[in-house]
Amino acid sequence: MSAARAVGQALVRVTRRPWFGPLVALLVVYAFFAALKPETFLRGMILETMASQVVVVAIAAVGMTLVIVEGGIDLSVGSTVALVTVVVARALVAGAGPGVAVLVGIATGLACGALNGGLIAGLGVSPFIATLGTMSALRGLAKGLAHEQKIDAPAQGLDELMALAPRGSPWLVSPGVWIAGALALAGAVLLGRTRFGRHVVAVGSNARTARLCGISVGRVTVATYALAGALAGVAGVMEFGKLTVGDPTDAPGLELDVIAAVVIGGGSLSGGQGSVAGSLIGAALMTVLKNGSMHLGVANWVQQILTGAIIVAAAALDRYRQKRAGALS
Amino acid sequence: MNAPALVVRGVEKRFGATRALAGVDLAVRAGEVHAVLGENGAGKSTLMGVLAGLYRPDAGVLELGGAAFAPRAPGEARLRGVALVPQEPALCPDLSVAENIVLGVEPVRLGLVRRAERRARAVRALAAVGAGLDPDARAGTLSPPERALVGIARALAVEPLSLVILDEPTSTLAAAEVEELFLAVARLRARGLAVLYVSHFLEEVARIADSFTVLREGRSVAHGAMAETSLDAVVEHMLGRRLERAEAAAEARVPGEIVLRVLGLAGARLPRSASLELRRGEVLGVTGLVGSGRTELLRAVFGLDAVRRGAVKVAAFGSGRARDGAREERALRGTAPWRRLLAGIGMASEDRQHEGLAGQMSVRDNLTLTRLEPFRRFGLLSDGRQRAAARRFMERLAIRASGPDAPVASLSGGNQQKVALARLLHHEADVLLLDEPTRGIDLGSREAIYALVGELARRGKSIVWVSSQLGEVLRVCDRVCVMRRGVLGAARAARELDEHALLLEAAT
Repeated sequence: MSAARAVGQALVRVTRRPWFGPLVALLVVYAFFAALKPETFLRGMILETMASQVVVVAIAAVGMTLVIVEGGIDLSVGSTVALVTVVVARALVAGAGPGVAVLVGIATGLACGALNGGLIAGLGVSPFIATLGTMSALRGLAKGLAHEQKIDAPAQGLDELMALAPRGSPWLVSPGVWIAGALALAGAVLLGRTRFGRHVVAVGSNARTARLCGISVGRVTVATYALAGALAGVAGVMEFGKLTVGDPTDAPGLELDVIAAVVIGGGSLSGGQGSVAGSLIGAALMTVLKNGSMHLGVANWVQQILTGAIIVAAAALDRYRQKRAGALS
Repeated sequence: MNAPALVVRGVEKRFGATRALAGVDLAVRAGEVHAVLGENGAGKSTLMGVLAGLYRPDAGVLELGGAAFAPRAPGEARLRGVALVPQEPALCPDLSVAENIVLGVEPVRLGLVRRAERRARAVRALAAVGAGLDPDARAGTLSPPERALVGIARALAVEPLSLVILDEPTSTLAAAEVEELFLAVARLRARGLAVLYVSHFLEEVARIADSFTVLREGRSVAHGAMAETSLDAVVEHMLGRRLERAEAAAEARVPGEIVLRVLGLAGARLPRSASLELRRGEVLGVTGLVGSGRTELLRAVFGLDAVRRGAVKVAAFGSGRARDGAREERALRGTAPWRRLLAGIGMASEDRQHEGLAGQMSVRDNLTLTRLEPFRRFGLLSDGRQRAAARRFMERLAIRASGPDAPVASLSGGNQQKVALARLLHHEADVLLLDEPTRGIDLGSREAIYALVGELARRGKSIVWVSSQLGEVLRVCDRVCVMRRGVLGAARAARELDEHALLLEAAT
């Protein structure tokens, strides 16, 4: 009896989680496509395909979640990813091993993030403007490094990261999906269960209070953007694994997909709110929509309108829930 | 006798599981100031919200000027002549004073704002509240009392007007500005308007109000004419029991060695020069007019604002405390509050909503934010331990909340303030800088905070208590000094002072 009640209470608690609404939306959309195209959507293959597709956005969305919860935004993610593919390609061309190339790629992302954080905390430039600037500057740097063309590089096994798992493999999905899952778990623990995570929420929720409470807002800002940059670096490595070339014009508009994933997942651009789980659900929702539309033969323009509607609906729903919860005293 | 301008009968309002109003009756006549009294959480704010069209009541009827009144939106209430002045009027900091005053009711011709007319209206409204502010000044540059006056002026900018609701209008004002506000209220009454006046300051209410209604737990429990009742009787209605005043225990305390020294401190603008010595186990009061530099003094000491000149020295606390009887003293530099916290200094801001607390965050996070280390296990925070710690403080300070996970914004003002103080206790700060710790909170919480501070001082904590309330300062503090135009006067024993002497020193 008491066990049943405990389970009941746990279920009620789950429904109050900020990511519960997006999760329901994801399941409903998936069920819709499964009903119309059971021969595609009720098979494991499509799940594996979609999981691989979502890896890059998902990893970048973990970092973006931190940034948005901290009260900021990062428009330079797409440029960072492109720059990282170029850096990894050049490292491999120069004869570096895959491990070194990956580390250099992640370090590049970290440096880009630290630059963003430094501009915001050090110069007091607003996050939107600072990262709008680095979005352009990093894209330029990528093109310069690549001499304005794609760089073919020996994949050195990095393509295995994004390769679909062989049939019957116990791993089920590509290594990239497992890495994305592990990073998401780490990000969720970092945000929800560590001192640093609480400080990120505090700064995003009310920076003045955070300062009063002895939190160095500048340090938290730099650390948050640097971390997000490093995650963008990992996303860039995955992107290289997918392309196996360094492409300075790659991933245009990726930042908007990533921001959309966070917002659909309950992130608030005024800071203080958002969860890694929600952002992943948001990324998954967009991928399901893309694949479903493709398999149903829905035109790309319809799919874009649907995605836009979902972003706005998610934000509006969130506002409504907050308003209801906040109407007290 | 005039007919009632506003009649409220049997109004009820529920938010989720919370019954904010459980049956309220009241009547206000034109040309009358009617006080609405009650502890925080008694339903005053909700009732004002219903009258102003922010909330729709679940039951009950409202009549305005003899006609049914059921506003569905704030704009509708405003058009019917009901003006609400919220406790902390939210101004748009980037707009001018005049633009704020006519916000939403701008005079327009051919789609363009008539700027001369806007300015004229703003000047008229400012004059009605007796505020000599520049209508072209940016609202973001105003001090809290100036913001309050602009908020009232904004309410008065709409004609016709029949009912003005003032929600805690004096909570951010100094004594002299309260007098100006009373003049403004008297002008409203003379114009034949009905005024609803919500306040915690009973002495004020006794002076300004003609009649009153007491709310308790969402019900109206007493009505009457102000002249025919005593303050003690009103307080009993508010509390539902007799108020036991915790008398000052200052005489039982014996201050120890000096723990904090401030030498000729000057900030970017204020203070201009401040020196003080704070002893272990002492409550040192700092009073003065709003704008005299009291808050700036605390902010500079705590490292929130830049210091232009002077020094802050603190005795080393914690493990290094008074080794071999030798007193270590360290100078504190820079604008890094986290260094002050490490040195054992904590501060509670006067601005709970914007700075003191992070509204969306939970009670437990707000309470423990400065010291999360005890909850760490293998680098991860243990929710259970943090919750348990928060619960201990909630019990000790009688903080009323649905639980440690409740968002701090859902608490009443008094309970929020207790959370802010509990944070300093959890941090185990040795020096507590408290800026207006009883502003805008109910009587019960106020008494609880007086008692708490007394107990802390007896246990060896040192407290700087900044307040505009002279009676409070004299009651709580061992010594008091007065800030006047940025210069801090010498501290004197509280028992040698009276309110009259303090006011004279502050205002001349």
